[in-house]
Amino acid sequence: MTTAGPRLPDARISGAAAATLPGGFDPRALRREFPIFANNPGLVFLDSGASAQKPAAVIDGVADYYRTDYANVHRGVYRLSARSTDLYEAARVKAQRFLNAAEPGEIVFVRGATEAINLVAQSWGAAFLEAGDEIVISELEHHSNIVPWQMLRDRLGIRLVVAPIDATGGLDLAAFAARLSPRTRLVAITHLANASGALVPVETVAELAHRHGARVLVDGCQAAPRLPVDVQALGCDFYAFSGHKTYGPTGIGVLWGRRELLAAMPPWQGGGEMILSVTFDKTVYQDPPHRFEAGTPDISGAIGLGIALDFIDRLGRGNILEHEEALTGYGVDRLSRIGGLHLIGAGQRRIGILSFDLEGVHPHDLATVLDRHHVAVRAGHHCAQPLLEKLGYPATTRASLGVYNDEADIDALAAAIEAAQEMFR
Amino acid sequence: MDLRELYQDIILDHGRHPRNFRPIEHPTHTAQGFNPLCGDRVTVYLTLDGDRITDLAFQGRGCAISTAAASLMTEVLKGRTIDDARELFAHFHARVTGGDEPPLPEPLAEEMERLEPLTGVKAYPARVKCATLSWHALDSALKGDGDAPVKTE
Repeated sequence: MTTAGPRLPDARISGAAAATLPGGFDPRALRREFPIFANNPGLVFLDSGASAQKPAAVIDGVADYYRTDYANVHRGVYRLSARSTDLYEAARVKAQRFLNAAEPGEIVFVRGATEAINLVAQSWGAAFLEAGDEIVISELEHHSNIVPWQMLRDRLGIRLVVAPIDATGGLDLAAFAARLSPRTRLVAITHLANASGALVPVETVAELAHRHGARVLVDGCQAAPRLPVDVQALGCDFYAFSGHKTYGPTGIGVLWGRRELLAAMPPWQGGGEMILSVTFDKTVYQDPPHRFEAGTPDISGAIGLGIALDFIDRLGRGNILEHEEALTGYGVDRLSRIGGLHLIGAGQRRIGILSFDLEGVHPHDLATVLDRHHVAVRAGHHCAQPLLEKLGYPATTRASLGVYNDEADIDALAAAIEAAQEMFR
Repeated sequence: MDLRELYQDIILDHGRHPRNFRPIEHPTHTAQGFNPLCGDRVTVYLTLDGDRITDLAFQGRGCAISTAAASLMTEVLKGRTIDDARELFAHFHARVTGGDEPPLPEPLAEEMERLEPLTGVKAYPARVKCATLSWHALDSALKGDGDAPVKTE
């Protein structure tokens, strides 16, 4: 690589030096736990918002499970199946603790946040909403928290109401409150906007929504890997996140729902595993969460996710937040010094995501140049086309942070941006 | 591969100052191209006299590669026949995607030379669709199904 900043001396990895770092851990030392970096020397990975890299513990843990404990779950009488079931259900308990949910039965394993939101739309939405009801979303949403509701709207004749952002790029709380009414049945909102890094005050949103008797679903994809999440303190009713963005495997995610809500919801997919008894006349469904887990689940994915959540716990979620905010601040300062670079506004608090426009250089050209400098970023609309349209950009370049990033990565990004500017001048 | 093989001077020049970057008021054919990956759009306009392209222009917003590709396409195809355009597209498409290149008659081979600077995208698979977006739109316009925007994915 040609433009990465100076690598830090080994001394920094020692305990004394590490203790002074924001977050209390040393990202550069931590990188040794992620094999992708050893296999791609010089890689400056700034696309964790799309998907995070995996620690060896997760990669090896999944392989070990297949080697030593694998069998289908909830079926076998034999001990190996019981052991596999125990591991799968232990992962559910880890997810419960990760979100501070009241009980493991409130954790439904799904393919990812997208499936979690679709599950709520197709099960809860179809069962409890009717024509004239309203769902409030925000301009900050990822397509996965827009499209499932549009599909439901077209099916049921409900209305989709969009709460705007304010001039700073954060959720306009007053405008949001003004859009709530007795017809509002659900507020579906992001915790941390994927395209801008704007943190949404979910506690306030939930309190306002509940005053109108509406339920609150939170898309926690970007928040789960970055900040402590306590669903009981947040006061929401559903919370969704994806395993692959929280340093876990792809193909697994979590839907948390309040017990009484899940218990009242019909299944959305039928099959094995989700039933108590089946005759050709009548089927009796399992209780949640198994009611929503038809078929053989992604057992190894759930176990891998559990290991990833252990990894996050080990670092400390307060520490991770401190690290991400400090590095975000450093990034804002550094990038703001580049002429012609405009950061997308993220309201009062931006965490872990730096999305920007560079005058005279299209994001795709920029990302290609950055890639040649070994800097991996995302260029495009980040599955948030309505937000970018509102902001007046068809596309932006987005750098998103993870636990393994440090100031040198930001310096490498900035140097590569300046090299691109030089080229397209 | 060096970046400058992708971003050759001619690409940077056409990216900054695209030729035939304008609407045609009464085109005989038009179509939109859309790249869902980045939200880029290009509209291609053309005027046909019989089977000959007498005017060809485009508008839209895109990266340096897609803008330069559209610009070069308009330069190369103006005055050519529909068959020429199809032959060149087939050849160009094969060059940038690494497919089998159909043979090209002599006069068209010269035009292909002018498109050569774009073939650097072959080493950047994610960027191939940038180079072909305007060609796909043109193809769609000629097929007369220009109402539905063509997508590169």
